[in-house]
Amino acid sequence: MIDLASSILILAGLFFYLAGSIGLLRLPDLYTRLHALTKADNLGLGLLAAGLALHSQHLLTSLKLLLIWLAVLAASATSAHLIARQARRQETKH
Amino acid sequence: MNTTSLLVFDGLLLFSIVGLAWASLATTDERRSVILFMAFGLVLAVAWARLLAPDVALAEAAIGAGLSGALLLAAARKQPRLLSPESTKSSRHPDGAKVSVVSRWAVTLLSAALAGTLAWALLHAFSSTPHDMLPRAISGNLASSGVSNPVTAVLLNFRAYDTLLELAVLLTAVLGIFALGQATPGYQPAGPIFDGLVRWLVPVLILTAGYLLWVGAHAPGGAFQAGATLAAAGVVLRLAGRSRIGVPDGFVLRIVMAAGVGVFLLVGLTLLLLGRPFLGYPPAWAGALILLIETAAMLSIAATLLLAFVGGQLQLAGVNAAANRQREEMS
Amino acid sequence: MTELLLLSATGLMLSLFLGLLRVLLGPSAGDRMLATQLIGTAGVGILLPLSLLLDQPALIDVALLLALLAAVATAAFTGQQKARHD
Repeated sequence: MIDLASSILILAGLFFYLAGSIGLLRLPDLYTRLHALTKADNLGLGLLAAGLALHSQHLLTSLKLLLIWLAVLAASATSAHLIARQARRQETKH
Repeated sequence: MNTTSLLVFDGLLLFSIVGLAWASLATTDERRSVILFMAFGLVLAVAWARLLAPDVALAEAAIGAGLSGALLLAAARKQPRLLSPESTKSSRHPDGAKVSVVSRWAVTLLSAALAGTLAWALLHAFSSTPHDMLPRAISGNLASSGVSNPVTAVLLNFRAYDTLLELAVLLTAVLGIFALGQATPGYQPAGPIFDGLVRWLVPVLILTAGYLLWVGAHAPGGAFQAGATLAAAGVVLRLAGRSRIGVPDGFVLRIVMAAGVGVFLLVGLTLLLLGRPFLGYPPAWAGALILLIETAAMLSIAATLLLAFVGGQLQLAGVNAAANRQREEMS
Repeated sequence: MTELLLLSATGLMLSLFLGLLRVLLGPSAGDRMLATQLIGTAGVGILLPLSLLLDQPALIDVALLLALLAAVATAAFTGQQKARHD
């Protein structure tokens, strides 16, 4: 039962990752690409980590996976903000 | 393990590595090549993991993902934006034309010779039968080394002398950095979002550094990875525009810089005085001595890498600040 | 379960490769930077199932370190340096 839930979560995470990367390639503009990126980062990694945390035997591993997800959540949100702000700055300069 | 599926994985990984390496050297825009090189470091960390070398993967993640990118970007900013084609082609310069052709051929031939030697060595390795002399020797002596991680045992016990000399090289690098003069001016204070990230990231990085140092005795980790993580914490503080980045000033800084080599030498000489060989730890004390040396080495490595990013001597509160105030009043 | 882990590792590697294409193409530096961010997160994602496949629990630590340092490169790229006053 847990294996089934774990598998579904992992597959969902994989889907969001691939969707995000395809979006990164096909979307027309930097800002739209940032949208695609953050979906892959947050949802993709979160679901993947959740699926693996369910699957793992050790509590410490699950805690590390939770910490990884939280760290990527905060870091990718901050990175997206910084990149968008920098792009805006470049635009207003020219 | 299904080898076919990992074949696809390995193929993509290989293409990515070679592609990124080629692209980062082939572009003329310096900032672009630095960004490509950063991506290259990230993919390389995955490659080390795939090759079952987690210690190296940890080091590559700490240095390649965090430090080297920041360092190279800070350096690339000072250069003019584009390496224009005219500046790289010296064929327009009449005197330079001959020298440049000769040196280009020399470099090409040398690179070809190097590549040929590596290819021959690789083929030779595939054809000869493998022997496990070294792994057997290491695992045979692991019990008396004081740690259970074979990488740490080799670095800090069996080949401790090499590590001592490597730390001496780092110390020399710091002296060179100090010779550069004043540090770069630093960064503007961060906005609220980045500042919020920094507030929790730096403590977590410090904790992670301590964890990596401790866990290095029985799992992948160790002084170098911990030192690089600590340095990354300092780099994050500096990027957020803080004036205090964790590097001590004056006398304490000199102690920290010398601590890596110093503690190593002290341990070695004390053992010599006690009648044992230089750096020949008694098995009962080996674990504790290794931890002591690694702690000092971690601090030294962190200070060295952080000072390399800062690019010189930091202006800190105290004597320097008073001198600067005087200079500003006079101008 | 092993097949699923293999599939996810390979799929994430593909995702990394697609991000790589954006790094090589992306007209502006910001495009390259955000593609590098994707490569980093895909790397973290790859290391997680890889640690189970290759039976190396230490790879979770590598993933943790990569995750923590993900923002540092972007911050270095976008940071505004102070003017040198001498």
